[in-house]
Amino acid sequence: MDFTSLVFYLFSAILVVAGLRVVTARNPVHSALALVLAFFTGACLWMLLEAEFLAITLVLVYVGAVMVLFLFVVMMLDINIEEMRRGFWDYLPLAALVAVLMAIEMITVLAGERFGLAPPSPKPADYSNTRELGLLIYTDYVYAFELAAVILLVAIVAAIALTLRRRPGRKSVDPAEQVKVRRADRVRLVSLKPQKAEAREEEA
Amino acid sequence: MIGLSHYLALGAVLFAISVFGIFLNRKNVIVLLMAIELMLLAVNINFVAFSHFLGDAAGQVFVFFILTVAAAESAIGLAILVALFRSMRTINVDDLDQLKG
Repeated sequence: MDFTSLVFYLFSAILVVAGLRVVTARNPVHSALALVLAFFTGACLWMLLEAEFLAITLVLVYVGAVMVLFLFVVMMLDINIEEMRRGFWDYLPLAALVAVLMAIEMITVLAGERFGLAPPSPKPADYSNTRELGLLIYTDYVYAFELAAVILLVAIVAAIALTLRRRPGRKSVDPAEQVKVRRADRVRLVSLKPQKAEAREEEA
Repeated sequence: MIGLSHYLALGAVLFAISVFGIFLNRKNVIVLLMAIELMLLAVNINFVAFSHFLGDAAGQVFVFFILTVAAAESAIGLAILVALFRSMRTINVDDLDQLKG
């Protein structure tokens, strides 16, 4: 068994165990951390497939941003785990049956040397995966790339709009209200007689 | 030697694990979202494997777009979850029957 095979089997084993931990862990924080491990191991496998740019992107975007978001939300919500876990294993026979059947079916159809693709020869040392992807993204897939940017913008706006809440009684300044104010709203001129002098006259 | 079939089998096993998790965690929305992320990872492994063995980088471009959409999806999903928790004080799927469907 050569080194590549060894690395593949080791990482596959870690990935499968981490995946099982994600779905069976009692505490959602443990699930999230197992998912971090799964993504990281997936990135290592992509390195093995010479997809370096995507491997780094997976670590940066997924482990660095999305999973941190998951951890934030898991820790922010006060979840009653006992309530959630009641009847957790009730569907285990059905779930296991469906999952095992699905895996067997997919492996029967996809695996086996049906595609007849031999492993390609290793890329030369000066090959840049990032450069090749960049050439494709900014030429053939430029519209899709711009659409992806719009999707991210929509996601930002949607996430903020969904979680924004207006609290009553907060003391922030509304510039529009400030600009609309006229002198008549604020200042009232009252003509008063000088009273103090009269009082003094009466005393005298 | 590791061939395409090894990677496809790994993707299939990972996908099956996520389906298994969706069955088990049917009450907990947050673990359901994590299972969906795991499913997308399984699909992406297939894409990258095919891209490598066909020598065509288009598969990797697709993975790039899948990652973008999945990031947007999880951000919006978690925002919905937070809004839901704020109004219902629970994320148990059994309690979410307001629509009376």
